[in-house]
Amino acid sequence: MNTSQQIMPDNNSRISNSFLVQAWLVLLLASFFGASLAGIQLTLAPKIEANKLNETLEKVPELILGADAAQVMKNTNQQMKIDQKFIEAGKKTYSVFQAKIDGQTAGWVAKASGQGYGDKIELLVGLNATAQTITGLFIIDQKETPGLGNNIVLPAWRNQFINKSTQQSLTAVKTKASAPNEINAITGATISSRSVCNIVNQTIDNLRQPLATAALDRQTPSDNQTNNSQTNNNQEKK
Amino acid sequence: MADQPTAFERFTQGILPENPVYRQLLGLCATLAVTNTMKGAMTMAGAVLFVLLCANVIISLIRNLLKPHLRIVIFTLTIATFVTIVDRFLAAYMYQMSKSLGPYIPLIIVNCIIICRCEVCASKQSVFTAASDAIGQSLGFALAMASIASVREILGTGMFFGFRVLPAAWPDWVIMVLPPGAFLTFGLLLGAINWVVAMKKAKG
Repeated sequence: MNTSQQIMPDNNSRISNSFLVQAWLVLLLASFFGASLAGIQLTLAPKIEANKLNETLEKVPELILGADAAQVMKNTNQQMKIDQKFIEAGKKTYSVFQAKIDGQTAGWVAKASGQGYGDKIELLVGLNATAQTITGLFIIDQKETPGLGNNIVLPAWRNQFINKSTQQSLTAVKTKASAPNEINAITGATISSRSVCNIVNQTIDNLRQPLATAALDRQTPSDNQTNNSQTNNNQEKK
Repeated sequence: MADQPTAFERFTQGILPENPVYRQLLGLCATLAVTNTMKGAMTMAGAVLFVLLCANVIISLIRNLLKPHLRIVIFTLTIATFVTIVDRFLAAYMYQMSKSLGPYIPLIIVNCIIICRCEVCASKQSVFTAASDAIGQSLGFALAMASIASVREILGTGMFFGFRVLPAAWPDWVIMVLPPGAFLTFGLLLGAINWVVAMKKAKG
């Protein structure tokens, strides 16, 4: 059918009117530009990742101890030892930072990402040593709407997450948050707010168990009763 | 066909007589958003220079192959490519700046100064003219950014390029670094420039 039609006399006009012939320049440029962007991404990606890692490491004390305590620690020249680990949970591999002070696990910072309103949102969630409460939230990368969604980076909004329990999943509400697991959504940016809550919830769901056990494993050889009682607590709750 | 302006005319027109911000009122989103510090404004101007220059040169090189109904697609494609390059470059080498400029770098893709120059000049004139047009327009843009940013940064924080220029006793006019300050400054400067132009016309 097709071949017989193509041998018709209006062959030429048909070919010159086809989308492919019309758009050859667009297609050529698109593949050329695409290839060069891929090249640039390959060259620069390690550098960008290193920048993000540096920023993450800088933020770890603040996310675990809170801004004030982190500043005090910096001023008194105390050191926090930070180990990066990769934990596989819920079909994802999380990059997790274990912070230790004097050999004791002080808390965890997990890096997570998910879809926001505009683009991918990358964030850091700080958790206490037993992964029972959220100790901080920081947004590393986002492309939400300027003036609305990008307010998720503001401390005033992020700090709502501090001291929330990890047992209940968080919800962003448009009215004033009353229940302990509610977060005030940013006016005009409900989707961005919900996205952040969802990313945090998913991360916590996946990591709460592995982190709680990892923190205990590390301490059991050196430490004693306090940890054992915590283990019991965990088991009771489960 | 009407005479097209020469390369030199294109260059000088971009700086003042056809200043993209003050005379054409284009690209105002970026102008208003990132002029609260001089550093941010100048990084933005540099990014626009790079994107505009590259886009103008490429479009001018392929101007005889452009089909009228597909030209906008090609402009956008070219601009988006160079904007992505700038965005990645900033994230790699000027990480803090790239964070503070945030979405405004990707937004250069839809900055109408660039698509306007591709349409008006690069798709019709030689590579050399297109390049000098790009540089002229970018200088005009940089000048406008610098004028707004210097007023806002000095009045808002008492600093210029991050260095203190006003005495520490200066009560920072915080409103100047916030969005309303952008509108106030831009409105007053635009009014002043229009007044000067009107005066010149009346005399001439």
